[in-house]
Amino acid sequence: MSLFRDTYDVIVVGAGHAGCEAAAAAANLGSKTLLITMNLQTIAQMSCNPAMGGIAKGQIVREIDALGGYSGIVSDETAIQFKMLNKSKGPAMWSPRVQSDRMRFAETWRLKLEGTKNLDFYQEMVSSLIVEGDEVVGVRTSLGIEVRARSVVLTNGTFLNGLIHIGEKQFGGGRAGERAATGITEQLLDFGFDSGRMKTGTPPRVDGRSLDFSKMVVQPGDEVPEKFSYSDSTKPLTQQRDCHMSYTSPEVHDLLREGFDRSPMFNGRIQSTGPRYCPSIEDKINRFADKDRHQLFVEPEGWDTVEYYINGFSTSLPEDVQFKALSSVAGFENVKFFRPGYAIEYDYFPPTQLRHTLETKLVSGLYFAGQINGTTGYEEAASQGLMAGINAHLKVHEKDPFMLQRDEAYIGVLIDDLITKGTEEPYRMFTSRAEYRTLLRQDNADERLTPRSNSIGLASDERLKRMEIKYEEADKLVKYFEDTSILPEEVNDLLEERGSSPMRQSDKMIKVFSRPQINLEDIKKFDKVAAYIDEHKLDKDVLEQAEIRVKYAGYIAKEKANADKLQRLENIKIPENFDYSKLKSLSYEAREKLSKIKPATISQASRVSGVSPSDISVMLVYMGR
Amino acid sequence: MNIQDTIVALASPAGAGAIAVIRVSGTDAINICTPLFKSIHDKNLAKQKTHTIHLGHIIDGERVIDQVLVSLFRGSNSYTGEPTVEISCHGSSYIQQEIIQLLLRSGCRAAQPGEFTLRSFINGKMDLSQAEAVADLIASDNEASHQIAMQQMRGGFSNEIAALRKELLDFASLIELELDFAEEDVEFADRTQFKELVARIMKVLKRLIDSFATGNVIKNGIPVAIVGEPNVGKSTLLNALLNEDRAIVSDIAGTTRDTIEDELSIGGIGFRFIDTAGIRETTDTIEGLGIKKTFEKIKQAQVVVYLFDASLIQNSEFRIQKPSLPAASLPGGENYSSVLFEIEKIKNQFPLKPLVVIANKVDQLDSAEILNLKSQIPNIHLLSAKENMGVDELKSKLLDFVNTGALRNDETIVTNSRHYDALLKALEEIEKVQYGLETGLTGDLMAIDIREALYHFGEITGQVTNDELLGNIFSQFCIGK
Repeated sequence: MSLFRDTYDVIVVGAGHAGCEAAAAAANLGSKTLLITMNLQTIAQMSCNPAMGGIAKGQIVREIDALGGYSGIVSDETAIQFKMLNKSKGPAMWSPRVQSDRMRFAETWRLKLEGTKNLDFYQEMVSSLIVEGDEVVGVRTSLGIEVRARSVVLTNGTFLNGLIHIGEKQFGGGRAGERAATGITEQLLDFGFDSGRMKTGTPPRVDGRSLDFSKMVVQPGDEVPEKFSYSDSTKPLTQQRDCHMSYTSPEVHDLLREGFDRSPMFNGRIQSTGPRYCPSIEDKINRFADKDRHQLFVEPEGWDTVEYYINGFSTSLPEDVQFKALSSVAGFENVKFFRPGYAIEYDYFPPTQLRHTLETKLVSGLYFAGQINGTTGYEEAASQGLMAGINAHLKVHEKDPFMLQRDEAYIGVLIDDLITKGTEEPYRMFTSRAEYRTLLRQDNADERLTPRSNSIGLASDERLKRMEIKYEEADKLVKYFEDTSILPEEVNDLLEERGSSPMRQSDKMIKVFSRPQINLEDIKKFDKVAAYIDEHKLDKDVLEQAEIRVKYAGYIAKEKANADKLQRLENIKIPENFDYSKLKSLSYEAREKLSKIKPATISQASRVSGVSPSDISVMLVYMGR
Repeated sequence: MNIQDTIVALASPAGAGAIAVIRVSGTDAINICTPLFKSIHDKNLAKQKTHTIHLGHIIDGERVIDQVLVSLFRGSNSYTGEPTVEISCHGSSYIQQEIIQLLLRSGCRAAQPGEFTLRSFINGKMDLSQAEAVADLIASDNEASHQIAMQQMRGGFSNEIAALRKELLDFASLIELELDFAEEDVEFADRTQFKELVARIMKVLKRLIDSFATGNVIKNGIPVAIVGEPNVGKSTLLNALLNEDRAIVSDIAGTTRDTIEDELSIGGIGFRFIDTAGIRETTDTIEGLGIKKTFEKIKQAQVVVYLFDASLIQNSEFRIQKPSLPAASLPGGENYSSVLFEIEKIKNQFPLKPLVVIANKVDQLDSAEILNLKSQIPNIHLLSAKENMGVDELKSKLLDFVNTGALRNDETIVTNSRHYDALLKALEEIEKVQYGLETGLTGDLMAIDIREALYHFGEITGQVTNDELLGNIFSQFCIGK
C-alpha cells in the first residue's frame, strides 16, 4: 500500500540547508522529487547562529547562487544586517556575510520550495532505505510506508542517533526540542559502511529585554550594504539591525571552571571530536588558559523578535553554571535565558566512502550531503545538497555527472577534500584550504559557474545573459583604459598627492590605474572616465570587475598558470584496481590510504593525507613518467 | 616498467682491475645463481642464510669460469630491497663478460643504468633525494664530492631546508590566520619580525645557492690551465703533483699544440689540469693557432698556473727591462721582459682569475739569483719539479683557492641541480615576499608567494599541505566564536 502515485526520480531525506538545496536543484532540473522530513514546520531551520556567509563561506553562498541554488536569494530576502568582511585585503578575501531573521529565513525557504515545480513534500521519519542488489530503490518510513525512487539523497544533519548533552544530563534528540532519527545508521553499517561520531555545540539564547546594551560595543552593518545573489530579484538592505559585542573576564572563567567536573566534555561522556575552530567556551578557557578574556557577539535573531544568540559562548556545561557565568558578563547582569546551550553528538559517515558526485561507492543511486559527511556549516551543507541534487538528477536521466574542480569553486575544493582526505573533525571551509583562492573570488562566482550550470539546465538563461553583459562591459572598460591616453598635467597632481612618481609624458590610462596607490575612485574622477561610465550606464559590479582585472592581473595569471600545471597530474589516470601493496617504497601510510581511497588521478592521490611528494614520485616512476 | 624480473650488471667500474663485482638482483636472483655456483664445500647456495659469503667456482656446465666469492642477501635486507647475489670475481674484462653472459643466458636481464638504485628507491630503501645522492656518489671520484654525497644521503642538507621550511610555515600560518580569522580576537605577529625572518631565510638560501657553484666544481673537478713555453717543465710538474709518471711528457719543444687534460686529487679536491701550448708571440702559424686555443682554455679554467724555466734566464737580464716592451723572444730561452709581458697579458685578459706564477728549475739558481728573481716578480712561486721542491706548497696554494667556507665538512652543500633549481625558485619567491612586506601588499597576495616558496622547499624535503597550515593555526591560537 502506498500513499504515493508513482516512483520518484529523487527522494531527499531531511529538509535542512542541504536537503532544501538538493530538492530544489533536482526538481528545477525536471526530476520528480519528494522531500521527506520529520517535521515540515522546521524546514530550513538555522539550528545554530542566525547568519549566512562569512570568510570562505560567503564565497560558497555566492557560488550556490551562481549555480542557480536558492541560499543566496533566501539570505538576501531575510537579512537584517550585511557586512563585507576583509575589505581591507585583496579581492580574494572579500567575504559577504549577513545576519538573518531566523524565522523568516525558514519561512522564505519553505515558500520557495512550495513554489518549485516537480517538488512534493511528506512528513515522516525515514527509518530505512530500500536497496535491491547494490542499488537504492526507495525509502521506508517509521510507519512502514514505502516510497519508490530511482535515487535517494540523505541529508540527516545531526539527527542520526543524535544525543544532546547539557551538563550531566543527556537525552536523545536531533535538535533542541526535536527527536533523533534512528535506523538508517544501523542499516548502512550492515551494507558495509563505516560510521563515526561527531560533536558540535550551540550557545544559550537569551531575552534581549534583559540585556544592557549600553555596556557593550555596537557592531553595525556596512554603510553601503551589498547582497549575495547575482540575480536582480533581490535588493540590498536599506535598513539594518546592529549586533553588539561584550567580553568574558577572569571572573566569568572562574565561574565556568567550577562546573568543569560536571562538563560532559571533561568527564569523558563526550568522546567524539568537535571542531577546533568552533570551540566551546569551556574548551577555550581550558586550552588557552593565559587568555583572560574572550569576545562574545550578541546577535539579534530577527527584525522583531527579542531573542538573542550569544555567539562565542557555545557550551555544554550544566545550565546553572551557564547562567551564573553569563550573568557575570558586562551587560548580562540581569540576563534571562530562553534556553541553555548544549552539545550534540551524532553519526556521520566518513566521506571517503563517496565519489566526486557525492554518490556512495557502495550503494548506487544513494547520495550523502551535509553533516552526514562530517561537515559543519549551513553553507557547506547547502552546497553539497545542491551538488548531490544535481548529480542524482543527472544520473537518473543518464547524463554525465557534474563535478567542479579545485580551481573552479570552493565547492570543488570542499568535495575533493572530503572524498580524498576525509575529515577527523567537523569540516569547515577556509580560504586557505583552496590552492587558488585568487581565482575563487566572491565577485566572479557567476563567471566561473553560471555557464556550467546553464549548460546542464539549472542556472537560467537570464542569469547567463546578465553575467555575460557584466563581463563584456568590464572588458570594454578595461579596453577603454588600455586605449585612452592621459596627459601628465591631467594626472600629476593626483600622483603627487598619493606619493606616486609623476608622469613625464602622455601614457595610457591603464598604466596609471595599475599603480598600487591609485584606485577606482581616483580614476572615476577623470571627466572622460565619468562620461564613459555615464554613457554606458555601468553599475558598481562592472566597475569593480574592471578594477580587479586591471589591478590583480599578474596574480590571477600566476594562479591560473599554477592551476594548469596541476591539471597535468589530473590527466594521469590511475587504473581503478591499482595494487598499491606491491609498491614497497610507498610509505605504509600512503599504501593504506591510497588503497582505501582509490584516487582516480595522480593529482588526487597527491592530496590524500599521508601521501608525500616522494610517494607521488614513486607512482610517477612506476607509471613510467 | 617491470620490477618483477631479475637483473644483472657489473657493479664495479668497467675495465680491468684486481677484482670485479657482479650484482644480481630480483626475485629469482638466488635461484638463478645456485646451479651456476659450485661451492668448495659442496654447499647448496639456495639453502644458505642471508648475509653470508661463500667461496667457490662459477661453472658453465662442466667448464669452470673463475674462482669467486659469493655474497648472499635474502629478503629485503639488501641494497635494492630484493634478494641479491653479489659475485666477486677476478677483474679481467673477459671473466666479467663470461660470467655476465652466463647469467643472462640463465634468465637474468641486463640492468639498465641506475636500475639497482631505482629498485632500491621503488622498494623504499631510500628517498628521492637519497637516490639522487647515490647517483652522485657513484659518479664521484674524489674525496670531497664523496663526502658531500654521503652527507646528502644522511639527510644533512634536507634537514637544513626542513628547518627553514618550518619557520616559513609558521610565517605562512600567521598570514593565513589574518586572512581566515580576521573577525577573531587574535593578535598578529608584527611585520618587523616577519621582515627579520624573511631576511634570515634569504641569507641561508643564498648561502646554499652559492654553495652549489662550489659543489658543482667539486663534482666535476676544478679546471686549472697550465700556461708556459714548451719545455719549461709542465709535464714534469704534473708528474710531481701526481707523484707518478702519468702526465704526457714530450721531449720535443712546441709539439703540445693541442690541449691535454689530466685529473688529479689534491687534498680530496679534484683538479683538472689543462696543458696549453703557451702564449708566446710567434710567426709560426700553427703555434699561432695554439695561442688562440690557449686563451680559450684559460677562459674555461678557474685557476691559471703560469710556468717558466728560471734556469734559462740569463744573469745579464736581471737588472733590466720594463714589460711594456714586447720584446721578441729569444728562441729556446727566457727573459724577464717576455715573462713579465706574458703575465701582464694574462692579468689584463683575465683580471679576476686566480693566477700562480711559478719559476721552475730553481734548483739550478744560486741564492743571489733567487733573491733577484723574487724582487723582479712579486708573489713568485719557486719550484723544482725535478727535486720535488715547492710542490707541496703549490698544492696548498691551489687548495686555498677553493677552500671556501662551503667546503668545510660541517657545512651543507648543494650539489644537485634539481635542488639548486628549487632553491633558486624559493629565493625568487621569498624576494617577492620581502618586496610585498616593504610595499604593504595585502596578506592574500603575499600568501601566494609564500605558498610558492613553501612548495619549492617541499620539492626538496617533503610535502606541504594546507592542512598543515591549519593544524599549525589551531594548535597555536584560540580562534572560533
